[in-house]
Order: sequence, then structure tokens, then C-alpha cells
Amino acid sequence: MAETMLAADGTPLKRSLARALRRQKLRALGLIAPLLIFVLITFIVPIASMLFRSVENQIVGDTLPMTVEALADWDPNAGTPPSEDVYEAMYFDMFLAAEAKRHTRLGTRLNYEQTGVSSLFRQSGRALDDIGKETQKPLEKLDGAWKDGETWHGIFNATNDADTDLLDQQRKRVAALTGSSASGEVNFAPDAALSNLLPRTTRAYTAWAVYTATQQGRDPATRDPWEAVATALALDLKTADLSGYTGPAADLLTEAQTADLPVPAMAGAFEDMDEDWAGATVWKTIQTHSSTYTSGYFLNAVDAQKTPDGVAWQPEEKQILLTLFGRTIWMSLLITFSCIALGYPIAWLLANLPMRQANLLLILVLLPFWTSLLVRTSAWKVMLQQQGVINDVLVWVGLVGDGDRLIMINNQFGTIVAMTHILLPFMILPMYSVMQTIPPSYLRAAKSLGATNWTAFWRVYFPQSVPGIGAGSILVFILAIGYYITPEIVGGTKGVFISNRIAYHISSSLNWGLAAALGTILLAAVLVLYWAYDKIVGIDNVKLG
Amino acid sequence: MGLPPYATLGQRIWYYSFRVICGLIFFFLVAPIVVVMPLSFNAQDFFTFTPEMLRLDPEGYSLKHYRDFFTNPQWQLALKNSLIIAPLATIISVSLGTLAAIGLSQSHVPFKGTIMAILISPMIVPLIISATGMFFFYAQLGNWMEATLGLDKGFVGYVKVVLAHAVLGIPFVIITVTATLVGFDRSLTRAAANMGAGPVTTFFRVQMPLILPGVISGGLFAFITSFDEVVVVLFVGSASQKTLPWQMFIGLREQISPTILAVATILVVISIALLTTVELLRRRSERLRGMSPG
Repeated sequence: MAETMLAADGTPLKRSLARALRRQKLRALGLIAPLLIFVLITFIVPIASMLFRSVENQIVGDTLPMTVEALADWDPNAGTPPSEDVYEAMYFDMFLAAEAKRHTRLGTRLNYEQTGVSSLFRQSGRALDDIGKETQKPLEKLDGAWKDGETWHGIFNATNDADTDLLDQQRKRVAALTGSSASGEVNFAPDAALSNLLPRTTRAYTAWAVYTATQQGRDPATRDPWEAVATALALDLKTADLSGYTGPAADLLTEAQTADLPVPAMAGAFEDMDEDWAGATVWKTIQTHSSTYTSGYFLNAVDAQKTPDGVAWQPEEKQILLTLFGRTIWMSLLITFSCIALGYPIAWLLANLPMRQANLLLILVLLPFWTSLLVRTSAWKVMLQQQGVINDVLVWVGLVGDGDRLIMINNQFGTIVAMTHILLPFMILPMYSVMQTIPPSYLRAAKSLGATNWTAFWRVYFPQSVPGIGAGSILVFILAIGYYITPEIVGGTKGVFISNRIAYHISSSLNWGLAAALGTILLAAVLVLYWAYDKIVGIDNVKLG
Repeated sequence: MGLPPYATLGQRIWYYSFRVICGLIFFFLVAPIVVVMPLSFNAQDFFTFTPEMLRLDPEGYSLKHYRDFFTNPQWQLALKNSLIIAPLATIISVSLGTLAAIGLSQSHVPFKGTIMAILISPMIVPLIISATGMFFFYAQLGNWMEATLGLDKGFVGYVKVVLAHAVLGIPFVIITVTATLVGFDRSLTRAAANMGAGPVTTFFRVQMPLILPGVISGGLFAFITSFDEVVVVLFVGSASQKTLPWQMFIGLREQISPTILAVATILVVISIALLTTVELLRRRSERLRGMSPG
């Protein structure tokens, strides 16, 4: 057996080498790590958050947790409205949401799926207080002590065992609803015995106490709870057996039970607020969109929608996005072809001129490449306007009358001209670098073998320049389908792209889920194209200037 | 590719018409940019040449749009913001980017392809998508910084835009610096180490001067990316971080004011200066590495 080779310090050479290699790898990673972490946090995580937004749908479950649970058993196809339990759950959910002013947000969300829900929620949020007043007033009339916050706190605050599960549950509910932390000091713990005896009331009072303490920073012990707690008490007292109860204010509770307080019929009360609540449509919408994750935004992005009966097309007048995707692709192709048509002669000229002249002309290509995008877009606005330079020249030459100046801006023509100009350098530069490598002697050889100028070009030169056309085309196409600024300024309404729609949903309609879904589809398209670009050209061959 | 003396009439016609076509395309490329410049000296608030301008009458020209740019508080705020944000973003992308490029150019880097793909991705992903993602995430990040770290709202706004612009500039730094490092002779660092220089001294005294042209041109790319960027700042920033392109965008979308043309002219002059710098640096770098200029 051969003796193991040793390094200078006596360790086996193999191990010594492996250690050196490991150290080298660690050093390289150590140099890369800061940037990698920076890019991951400032770029990759935001993109991931967009992908997450496009399927995330926690708002329904966060705003109406009990309703979603109660609705699970309801059969949407029976054609009847849901049971009284669902209306009751809805009342308590909606009450808390309305106090936190979160019900309108859910209304807006569901309005994307069913027009009219937004105004229904807004109205109902306002009218909800009246239901509770019907029980609160008789209760307070019965005994003035019910007006006093300390009475309520005395009853429900834990004397022996506290129901900590209920408290945690309500903390979570308030936190999910308001989107902020609800972990502060509450100065209240629900009594476990009462939680069994008067479950609705204890839950409603705990929710109120958590909200009051953590969101408004007030002490629940000294404040009067809101109307929903009185309603819950009236509901509980209908069935509760108070005979064994000896806790605080037992006489008050017994008195209230014997008084037989008026209890609102929830289904009827909701119908009085708006007759839409009596129909099945709203409930179907809530049930269909109650899952935590949804494909709804993606369906909306392709002009479809999720309905209780499965996937269906959007109503005719709302189908615009597929057209817009089609237009984006079609106009990007047109721009790519215009760039090929204009870029090919220039690249050919640059590749065949002597170096000195080519470098001079290359500056004319690089100047627009380096000029600010906004400058070039404003230049085109100045050129193409009806009172702009091109129209003025045409009128001056006499080609066009002063009365009928050409409309070249705020339409597809404007977008295509301006974007061809902006993206042309991205076509010329890759073509030029490929054509530089084609020896001019090939053309001469073809001609000396009897080919005409055209045949020599088409059969010999052109096939060798195809990689340059491919590289330039993919680059221009990828850049074109994601453009936003130029179409926004010179595109009017007919010349805009899908990216303008994304910006619209982010800043105007605030339908962020749909914006995220549209962005995800666009991102997927671009990544597929880049994958193709990498296969054909190689990302490493990207050169700048 | 001059015309041979024996060329036929057809060949002559084709030769000259091809030149004319190329001339027209060059005209298309340059004309819009060139037209903006004289128009910015218009004495009227028009976007076209007035008869006085065409007669070369001095009455038709004035510097009033430039005066407006330098006195209008809106434009001055935008200029100030651009001059704060772009250099800060450039410093971040150049310092982190150069370090990482040196790491990437070593011979044994695990997961090199994946790392490179991640670092280049800000250039690949369309700006509107980056802006959408950043809009969601940076709003939360900003709230967190304000609530937990107790930072000032205006300051957080700048931090968000600077971070966003820095990450957009990183691919350009990575690409230019790794390209420069391809021609870097590793034995120079070994020689330095042999003569007793520590890694830090070697980096600053030997490696840095040689790759400096690449670092500077990468920095210029990063600077122009930030200086020219409008989509992300529109989504991530608030009105107090309004940059020059943002102000131009508003002006173009709502009511186009001739001051935009003055700003455009200034920006064109700046970009010509940058283009010249990058070109000179490229030649210097090639000379230093013993390649012929060209």
C-alpha cells in the first residue's frame, strides 16, 4: 500500500487540500452573503408577498368568524335563506366589525364578486345599533344598575375560575379583525361558571372588553358595554337555568329573566334593514368566498369568476382583461417587429463600416439608450401632439390642412411609435454584436460562386444573423410587455397595457388581490420568456452598452 | 464596403437608397431628443417652434423655463430628493455589489447559478411587478419601522425608496464588475500576499485600482437606474419623496408645462456626460488589461 502523502505540517495532503477548499468556499460565500441577504429581503420577499396576496383571502374569516362557521352547514342550493343561528352569528360578528369600522372593507372585498354587497354592508353597519337598543332600553328601565359598567364587570369578571381559553380566543379574534396586536392588559377575565351558564353574553362581553382595553385603551371595569351584550343577555336568559346561580348580582339576573325581555328575531331584523338579507344570494357569496385561500383573483384576472355553482365567465360588460392581455401581446409583437425592421439595416451598416465610422454612428444609437425614459417620452409627446412638431411640419409643407391635423397620440399608434424608439437600441446592440462575428468574405465567396446580391444575402448572411435577431427580439418583447410609463402617457385609453391595469388596481380601485394576480400572471410569462432567452442566448451574455 | 468602380446602375441606386434609409432611421433615433433642446429655449409657453424662433429672432428665445425650474419649489424639492436618493442607493449597491462580485469570481462557489439568478432578478422582473410587490411589502416594513423603531415618518419614506432603488441597481454593478474581474490576474493578489500584505491591504492597494473602472461604470449604471426610475418610487414613496422623474411624470400626465423641456435638456446633457465617462473608462480598463482599445 502506498504511503499517504503528507503536507508540510504533517497532515495528510488530501485532508489539507479539502480544508483549504472548504475555507475558500466559505470565504466566497462570506463575501456574497451580505448582498444575497439584502436582495432576499428587499426584493425576493416583496415578490413572494405579491404571490401570496394573489391567493390570500383571510378577510372573510377574520371579519365574520362565527358566521363562516355557522354557514358551513347551510345548503346553498336549497333556495332558502339560512337558519336563525346564522343570522345571530352574523349579528354579533357584524356588530364588532362595525365598531372596529372593518365591515366596509369586507363589503368592498365581496363587492368584487357580487355587486351591491358593499352598500349593503355599509347600510347594515349603521342600522345594527337599533336591534340592540330594543333590548338594552327595557333592560335599563328594569333596573338602573344595568346602566352602570361596574355592574356588568362585577358579574362577568372571574371570581374563582377564569375561562382563559375564551379570553385568548377573543384576543385572537380582535387582533385578526383589526390587523393589530390585541395582547395588552385587559383588566378582565371571563368567569368560567358564567361562561357555561350564559355563553353568548360572556363571549360578547369578553369581546367588548378586549376591544375596549386593547384598541381604545380604556378600562372595561368602568364603562358600559355596547348594545350587543344586552341582546346576548336577553337571548341567553330565554333558556338559562339560573336556579343554582349564587354569584354576584344574582337577584338582578333573576329579575331580568322573569321580566321576559323582548328578543329580536334576527332573521326578521336583518330583513327589515335590507331585504337582500332575506334572499340567498348574499349568503351564497359569503359562503363561496369564505375560504382562507382563494383562486378567485386569478379567475377574475382572466375574466372569469367563482360562483356558488362553480366557475363562470364574468358578465359581458366586465370582460376586459383578456382583451387587454391580448392587446399587450399583440402590440408588443408589433413593437418587436418594428424594431427588427428598423434595427436590422442599422446593425448591418454598423457591422460593415470601418471601426472609426462605426464607433461614431454607435454613439447615435447609445445616446437614446442613455437618455432618461421620461425625456424620450416627453419628446414624443411634443412631437406627436396635434399642435406638435410633426403636425406643424406637415401643415407647413402642405400635406395636411390646418383643420384636419393627424391624431397620433393617445392611441395605439402613439404607443407603438414611442416604444419602438425607446426599445430600438435593445434590438440594435445584440444584432450588432452577432453581425460583427460574420466574416464579410462569406458574402464575397457566395457572389463569386454566382449568387445574386439577394441570394447571397438571404441564403448566406441572413441565417448567420438569426441568433442576433432572436436575442434582440426576446429582449425587446420582454421589456415591452412590462412597460408602464410610456403607454400611460402616450397611450390614451386604447393604447394601454396590462401593467397600466395593475397600476390602476393598486392606486385607484384598491383591488390589491386582483393586481397581485395580474402581476403574477405577467411575471410567469416573463420568466418563461427569460428561460427561453437563457437557453438560446445565455444570461451571461447580457452586455451593457 | 465602398462602392466598387464597376458597380452597375442598379447597385448604385441600391447603395445610395440603403444609405438614405439608414440615415432616416438614425434621424428617427436622434430627432426627438434633439428637437427638445431648442424648444426648451422657447420664449412662449408653446411646444412647437414659433415663427420668431424659425427666423432666429433673439426675441423668440429665452431662459424662462430654466428660471422656472431653478425657482419653482416643486421642481427644487424633486431635484433635491433625486440628489439625496440616487447617491445613497448607488453607495449601497456598489459596496455590496462589488464585494459579492469578488466572491462570485472565485473558482469554487457553491450554488453559483442560483445565487447569480437571484442577484440578477431585479433586472429581469418587469418594473411594474417589482413595484407591486414592493408596494405590499414596504408598506408593512414602513409601519413596522415607525411603530417598533419609532422612526420619523419622513425618514422612513426615504429609507424605503433608497432600499428599493439600491436593489434595482445591484444587477448592473454585478454584471459590470464580474466582467472586469474576468480579466483580473489572480497571481497579483498572491504576489501581494507573498510580500506580506493582509487581505484588506491587498484589496485596496492591488485589486481595487485595477477593477476600479468596472466599479465606477457599474456605479454609474446604478446611479442612472435610480435617477431615472419612476414606477417604483410612485408605488413605494409618498409625496415628500417626489423625485425628478416623478415630477416629470405628473407634468406629462396632467398638464404638460414647458419647464419639462428645460429639465429634459438638462438630463440629456447629463446623460451625454455619463456616456462619455463610461466610454472613456471602458477604454482605460481595456488598456490596463492589455487589450487593444476598440
